[in-house]
Amino acid sequence: MTTVHEPRTSPEVGGIGHSVRRKEDDRFIRGAGNYLDDLNLPGMLHMAILRSPVAHARINSIDSSAAMEIEGVLAVITGEALAAHGLAWMPTLSGDTQAVLATDKVRFQGQEVAVVIATDPYIAHDALSHIDVDYEELEAITTPQQSLATSTLIRDEKEGQTDNVAYTWEAGDQDSTDAAFAAAAKVVSLDTHYPRSHPAPLETCGVVADVNSITGQATIYMTSQAPHAIRTVFALVAGLPEEKIRIVTQDIGGGFGNKVPVYPGYVVATAASLLIGKPVKWIESRTENLISTGFARDFHMHAELALDGDNRITAMRAGILSDQGAFFSDAQPTQFRAGLFHICTGSYDFPAAHVTAQGAYTNKAPGGVAYRCSFRVTEASYLIERLVDNAAHEVGVDPADFRAQNFIREDQFPYLSPTGFVYDSGNYHGAMDKAKEMIGYDGWRARQAEQNADPDATKLIGIGVASFTEVVGAGPSRQYDILGLKMFDSAELRIHPTGKAILKLGVQTQGQGHETTFAQIVAEELGIPYSDIKVMYGDTDNTPYGLGTYASRSTPVGGAATAVVSRKIRAKAQKLAAHLLEAAEEDLDWEPGKFTVKGTDQSVTIQEVAFAAYTNHPVGMEAGLEGVTYYDPPNMTYPFGTYIVVVEVDTGDGTWKVLEMVAVDDCGVRINPMIVDGQIAGGLTEGFAKANMQWITFDDDGNCIGSNFMDYLVPTAWETPRYQLGETVTPSPHHPIGAKGVGESATVGSPAAFTNAVIDALWSRGVSNIDMPVLPHRVWGALNGVEVSP
Amino acid sequence: MYPSAFDYSAPGSLEEALATLAELGDEGRVLAGGQSLIPMMKLRLAAPGHLVDINRVDELAHISESNGHLAVGALARHADVASSEAVSRHNHTVASAAPWVSDPLVRNRGTLCGSVAHCDPEGDWNSVMLAVGASVVARSSSGERVIPITDFVVDFFTNSLDPGEMVTEVRIPAYQGPAGGAYLKLERKVGDYATVGVATHLVLDGSGNVAEAGLGLTAVYGHNLKVTEAEEMMAGQTPGPELFAEAAAIAASACDPDDNVRGPAEYKRAVVAEYTRRGFAQALALARGEG
Amino acid sequence: MQITVNINGAGETRDVEPRRLLVDFIRSDAGLTGTHIGCDTSSCGACTVLLDGRPVKSCTVLAVQADGSEVKTVEGLAEGGELHPVQAAFKEHHGLQCGFCTPGMMLVGSALLEGNPDPTDEEVRWAISGNICRCTGYMNIVTAIQAAGGEGS
Ligand SMILES: Cc1cc2nc3c(=O)[nH]c(=O)nc-3n(C[C@H](O)[C@H](O)[C@H](O)COP(=O)(O)OP(=O)(O)OC[C@H]3O[C@@H](n4cnc5c(N)ncnc54)[C@H](O)[C@@H]3O)c2cc1C
Ligand code: FES
Ligand code: FES
Repeated sequence: MTTVHEPRTSPEVGGIGHSVRRKEDDRFIRGAGNYLDDLNLPGMLHMAILRSPVAHARINSIDSSAAMEIEGVLAVITGEALAAHGLAWMPTLSGDTQAVLATDKVRFQGQEVAVVIATDPYIAHDALSHIDVDYEELEAITTPQQSLATSTLIRDEKEGQTDNVAYTWEAGDQDSTDAAFAAAAKVVSLDTHYPRSHPAPLETCGVVADVNSITGQATIYMTSQAPHAIRTVFALVAGLPEEKIRIVTQDIGGGFGNKVPVYPGYVVATAASLLIGKPVKWIESRTENLISTGFARDFHMHAELALDGDNRITAMRAGILSDQGAFFSDAQPTQFRAGLFHICTGSYDFPAAHVTAQGAYTNKAPGGVAYRCSFRVTEASYLIERLVDNAAHEVGVDPADFRAQNFIREDQFPYLSPTGFVYDSGNYHGAMDKAKEMIGYDGWRARQAEQNADPDATKLIGIGVASFTEVVGAGPSRQYDILGLKMFDSAELRIHPTGKAILKLGVQTQGQGHETTFAQIVAEELGIPYSDIKVMYGDTDNTPYGLGTYASRSTPVGGAATAVVSRKIRAKAQKLAAHLLEAAEEDLDWEPGKFTVKGTDQSVTIQEVAFAAYTNHPVGMEAGLEGVTYYDPPNMTYPFGTYIVVVEVDTGDGTWKVLEMVAVDDCGVRINPMIVDGQIAGGLTEGFAKANMQWITFDDDGNCIGSNFMDYLVPTAWETPRYQLGETVTPSPHHPIGAKGVGESATVGSPAAFTNAVIDALWSRGVSNIDMPVLPHRVWGALNGVEVSP
Repeated sequence: MYPSAFDYSAPGSLEEALATLAELGDEGRVLAGGQSLIPMMKLRLAAPGHLVDINRVDELAHISESNGHLAVGALARHADVASSEAVSRHNHTVASAAPWVSDPLVRNRGTLCGSVAHCDPEGDWNSVMLAVGASVVARSSSGERVIPITDFVVDFFTNSLDPGEMVTEVRIPAYQGPAGGAYLKLERKVGDYATVGVATHLVLDGSGNVAEAGLGLTAVYGHNLKVTEAEEMMAGQTPGPELFAEAAAIAASACDPDDNVRGPAEYKRAVVAEYTRRGFAQALALARGEG
Repeated sequence: MQITVNINGAGETRDVEPRRLLVDFIRSDAGLTGTHIGCDTSSCGACTVLLDGRPVKSCTVLAVQADGSEVKTVEGLAEGGELHPVQAAFKEHHGLQCGFCTPGMMLVGSALLEGNPDPTDEEVRWAISGNICRCTGYMNIVTAIQAAGGEGS
């Protein structure tokens, strides 16, 4: 383990700890990024998708003859046509099946029914309204509770499916948990719904499929966070030979989990290109994005904490009912049916926990993606942090003190949690103390006491705390795979004769700055300036296999692979240096960029060594200086932190605004502190969004409310709070450079902090829970004892 | 998302525009800022046969003050209204509403007159116009008429223009003595339509009593709603919290909001009452020169 | 209809259907793909361009409406190879992550600074409130625009 706090390298080399400016920015600030929709191939056709207007219906017939008559329309493809090629259904990442184009029934509003292929996108869209579909409407099942109670089968086409249960799962130990509850001095419980949300990256999903009908070569340009896995899935789904599939992912305009799965649009566009022999482009509209691809969350959660007489937590019980939509398509490790939800014991030390989870099919869009989250860690963190806060209020202890009393102590790591995780490292008291100090916690509590004491006060102060623990970096191959593909990741590094380098990754950036950060890891390990290292990803023909970027796994897995491959190369470089310096290998000292013969001033630079690798390598040694590593992490990493928010609630209209917020994060070693802070500020904003406004809901007929940016609300700069960021550094003991991953921490940790703050403001007025988003009318309803729905 | 096909004219003068509209009759549709019409066309909620784009009719871009009123021309953008000195001097309700209509980019295109013509019950401007007692100037190739706003707003997305007619100007009475107003809007984020919007307008007489009160509500009725009963009740009374509370109670019962994702009707009524009280308090402070 | 739009100083003449959106004219006809599309309800500002100097959503303007007008896109921000101060500041202050909102943000920022070279945090936030960013949380965008103003004045 290396612990790096102060940079070891010069700013020019730009190794770990330097906030070097991002290399990728040069093209983005000039408008020269290469996003999918920027790609235009000769002869390219355009695809538009006809979607179901209703949530549940039998399809009696589809008549596309009028659409075919429109000039410029080349084809209308229906499920029936795909079925003829065995492509009407496809596997999901959770081992279920999903309709590519509906054949028998539509099962959610927005489901893909047919596509038009035309010479121009305007024409393709014109043609949609000329396809006549006869739907026979069926009752829509819009909640998981309804789904489990009804005898109507949503997945009646699925063999062996006799109910609407998508999965059941449990973790922890029931007996010891029951015993702890039986002995408890107090039990605190909470029922809450983590609402359906959507990652909604600013760039929607899309594909340009280019299948050469003569050679059979399929080049598929797409917005994918996991191009290699997608290639394999395509090979399995379409039966195409894998060597003839090349997935190319260029710049991605944000992903946040939305761009992990395989969507029907990708499959149909590829099939269409194959059939017609021309490239086919499909760019999802925002409405399509929100109604059909990649929803997240939608967990109905019940949980209880058992406390002893000294306010120590002794056990936790949690029961989850998840709304999966019409197909179970969560992108998550095979072994874990509810993702890593069982991290829900959080930052606290207690011996017993039991978690049960059940997923139900409903007439809603499928998805269940890990939206800026490591497989349901977000729901888990929200649950425990809300529950702990309520427990503190119920026993009349300050929520920060209650947490501190129950935290896992620094000397307890590595810590085996009651649901089976081995937390690698942590210092929860350190982060809490720092956050309290930064925000002036005691001062705010005093001000709150004064302001809220007035029974006529129309502005109430609330202080919300959340001390989250994440589990990221999936993952060790003994436990983690998706569709059988183990969740290692890879790096291939080549040092050119002039000392410049190219690094090829199995992970995939969507704005996180991989071109810079990963070059910095190489710079740290080899002393080659980060600006001399080109970073490549997203082309399956030209990068090593990897599982991609989501669940904060790039740095923990891909970053580790990069460090390890750099070290392999350094080992060979040392042999070359020994040859050049005519010294024994053991007699060489290394500092980034240079080998020196011990006790002398004789040295060679890494650049000189690189040149020698191609011009003057010793007899018996292979020429060249390159390597590849597939890194299988020994454990997950466990980033953590404490967030504190102060809000003011207006009792007249129920609105609330953030007065101050502090976020202290510990993501281990920070490779590029500027980029880390950028990830945190972005993540906090998504957390705020979910707590304040951003959600998708449905009416009783299954119509999606939140199907465009007028209804699916994402905050602008105006609503977004200002943040003060702080850090503590507890390196991961098992990661080659001590880093833990940070892209998602703030989205995981912050929603509870915001909700807790509002509840804290209202607790003395008798309010103990408001589900997210904490909308003004819900606040008002809670204060005035008025039932509100939704 | 793409509009379906249509025909297009871009007349260079008002005369030409009116002639084109006369010729097209029912087929013709005015395109002003396009910030409501184009989004509706893209979602294929509207498919007009022929657009008459008035953006080249420069003579309609005015915001001016004459004969005791502010005149806002059909090409004056929301942003022009927001930054107009004449407006901030002469009508607080209009001035305070302007920055809350849509977002900064939409305000650079969208027009006040277009919004008035659109009659979207969730649109902000018609509540303001109802509160301040504006009138609408309608022109056609055969002449001009001045329509009181109360007669102009007919219903949900329906105005009282005849085929071939267009709005050329909206007239807002300028302040003559102590007067003030406010527009309070509950929106979920910038660019959101109102959950509730309340436009208040107050003119004081020589002794400080209410000479004239105006109250308009957004998004809580089938169309923007003028609360005449409250306005009449307030006339001649001493302004202050009690009077405003009484007006608030009338407003809350006059509206008829929907239960929806923005909240139940009961909540919206409560906000109508709250904002009516707050709005009139602000209007009074401004009228007394305390704002 | 035949139209000529002056984009970044160069005339672009084409025959277009009246329904063609300005954003498609810019991206597909003129081939300037720095202007993006992020929504279909005129809500996100990814398509922002300056139309005769004013920031507008080019997805909510018809191409025919821009006939004879000046359009500035992100590709026209740098002059003579020299980055606009806003561009330099976005890189310096990490005002972008995925880069998808960035052209719009920079154009709005540049227009704001024209009239107000030293805007407050609140003024910047107000000015960019028609533009959505999903990545940055806005903090560094605000800093970058303010810094670019400091540079210019
Ligand atoms: C993202 C977004 C957010 C918005 N938020 C709000 C908001 O918060 N509050 C709000 O009030 N509005 C909002 N709007 C709408 C915006 O204010 C529009 O500008 C306004 O409603 C219409 O004005 P326009 O000039 O754009 O009209 P257009 O879109 O050009 O026209 C609208 C309708 O009015 C007719 N019309 C226009 N001008 C005339 C005329 N002179 N004579 C006769 N008929 C005419 C047109 O034929 C059309 O039917 C928003 C729009 C967008 C895109
Ligand atoms: S593309 Fe979203 S506003 Fe234009
Ligand atoms: S940087 Fe990705 S949307 Fe702003």
